[in-house]
Amino acid sequence: MTDISQQHISSAKLRAKALREFWYGFSRSNGAVIGLAIFLFFVAVALFAPLLAPYAYDVRFDKAVLQPPVWQSGGSWAFPLGTDAIGRDMLSRLIFGAQYSLFIGVVVAGLVFVFGVAIGVVSGFFGGKTDMAIMRLMDILLAFPALLLALLLVNIVGRGLSGAIMATIIAFLPYFVRLSRAAVQAEKSKDYVTAARLAGAGRLRLMFRTILPNCMASLIVQVTLAFSDAILSVSALGFLGMGATAPTPEWGTMLADARDFVTTDKWWIVTLPGLAILLLVLAVNLAGDGLRDAFDPKLKRS
Amino acid sequence: MRFIVHKILYLIPTLIGITLVAFAFIHAIPGDPVLIMAGERGISPARHAELMTQLGLDRPLWQQYITYIWQILHGDFGISYVSKESVLSEFMQLFPATLELACCAIFLAVLIGVPAGMLAAVKRGSLFDQSAMGLSLLGYSMPIFWWGMLLVMLFSGYLGWTPVSGRIDLSYYFEPVTGFMLIDSLLSDEEGAFLSVAEHLILPSIVLATIPLAVIARQTRSAMLEVLGEDYMRTARAKGLSSFRIYAIHAARNAMIPVVTTIGLQVSALIAGAILTETIFSWPGIGKWLVEAIFKRDYMTVQGGILIIAVLVMAVNLFVDILYGLINPRISKA
Repeated sequence: MTDISQQHISSAKLRAKALREFWYGFSRSNGAVIGLAIFLFFVAVALFAPLLAPYAYDVRFDKAVLQPPVWQSGGSWAFPLGTDAIGRDMLSRLIFGAQYSLFIGVVVAGLVFVFGVAIGVVSGFFGGKTDMAIMRLMDILLAFPALLLALLLVNIVGRGLSGAIMATIIAFLPYFVRLSRAAVQAEKSKDYVTAARLAGAGRLRLMFRTILPNCMASLIVQVTLAFSDAILSVSALGFLGMGATAPTPEWGTMLADARDFVTTDKWWIVTLPGLAILLLVLAVNLAGDGLRDAFDPKLKRS
Repeated sequence: MRFIVHKILYLIPTLIGITLVAFAFIHAIPGDPVLIMAGERGISPARHAELMTQLGLDRPLWQQYITYIWQILHGDFGISYVSKESVLSEFMQLFPATLELACCAIFLAVLIGVPAGMLAAVKRGSLFDQSAMGLSLLGYSMPIFWWGMLLVMLFSGYLGWTPVSGRIDLSYYFEPVTGFMLIDSLLSDEEGAFLSVAEHLILPSIVLATIPLAVIARQTRSAMLEVLGEDYMRTARAKGLSSFRIYAIHAARNAMIPVVTTIGLQVSALIAGAILTETIFSWPGIGKWLVEAIFKRDYMTVQGGILIIAVLVMAVNLFVDILYGLINPRISKA
């Protein structure tokens, strides 16, 4: 009996069909496909960074300080995108920087998802005093602008890349808790949950096997947002001097060093790291929009 | 009225929580305040103990917390370690600069975002819609600290049109009346002062407006689309009303309800943005003040500053909540 019903709920064939439908919805938006392509490009760059980068990110070439990109007079193929104030190759630093930004996005989005959903599901499922206490706590965190909260937390857990990542995770947590709580609340009184409860499913099973999968669509869209927001937030902390420290080629930290060159003609030092951040964040947001449209066809038409 | 009282009562636990966070912050930072104040020079153990007693830091935490609350209720937000001035008076001095910048930014964002979002909804799927939404996504993805540097590089560096930093050219001086330099400069007889203020204000305003503008445009578009599908829109059309009347009066008024909320909720984003924008443009506001305080480990200033900001954000959110109830009859009845 259970065997048969389970086959109907999920089989390789059905999953493949769902995936095809999803891809159909996703690929109808050109933006989403372009976003995904750019994102995969960054992933490839990060994975093969040691092979792609002409030099290590911290080697200084004393004879080639502040050399412009190759197409400008004074540039050379030795440093295609020029060099920075202490003679490090911009291209190599940007390539290795992709590793940091993607790592930041994955870690922050992943951990915020795990902790935020766990807390939110418990809060929404149990309701009552547990819910009350958790939500008041989240309200307190939400009273502080996320970047300000992250700035404060960085000073408690310690300045540096890992501190900035931890601080950003805590600062983003309330948004996930709220979203997953609301989703669970909407689902928990539906008939299929009551049916599972009557069939004797325990609390953990009800929370994480029965209800959670039905809330996934909006949570996955939120994960992509957290991914891009994390890159922006951690690079902003790096820019303010609280994130990754020199010689780490994190793009935000590179921009902090670039501030001295804003009113000079060394445009490549200022422009390139920010352009990399913008491109990656834009790609993730484009793909995220496509995900939302694919999950929620109603929104797409409107 | 009961709705408003209920909302305010509901905020009390959050308010207490915020004071706890601000209080805990100074105790959670590695190293005690006396050591931090002493800085690199170090301090003798005897002098250290003496200062700890003097500042009440040797008493149990709960006693310190009660003293802290008592001081706050008397308007005492502490004394800065660095400038030795009252944190509250420093805040009050700098806040107008941030407020002026934020007002200009939100004005820009609404002025462009709302009409653009409406037009995009009315002309759904058109080239205008697509490019407006593309630009909005671009703005939403923008690392604004970089965007600010880019604008400075272009307009101040290459073109030399705008000044690099500050609020006004140093050759002008006038007494602050409102704290808003745009208004104060008009009130003074200094010739050219207003122009100087405007020149200083334009780039920071654009930078700070970027993300709210993107959010407002998107939100207006989707609110407008929702309204356009309603029955009363069909009725309006059937009555033979002009399309301007339909869109500008019937649709816009109803679509504005969620948009007003969105605008109100940008306060938090504006403060976060102000931290970055003020740092880039050396704008003498509370964002730059806080970052500098954090850097100088002037934690008393940070503690006071974050408390005031959090309460401010909460107050604005409450105001938006109440406003939403007032303009949306479906909520206020409940």
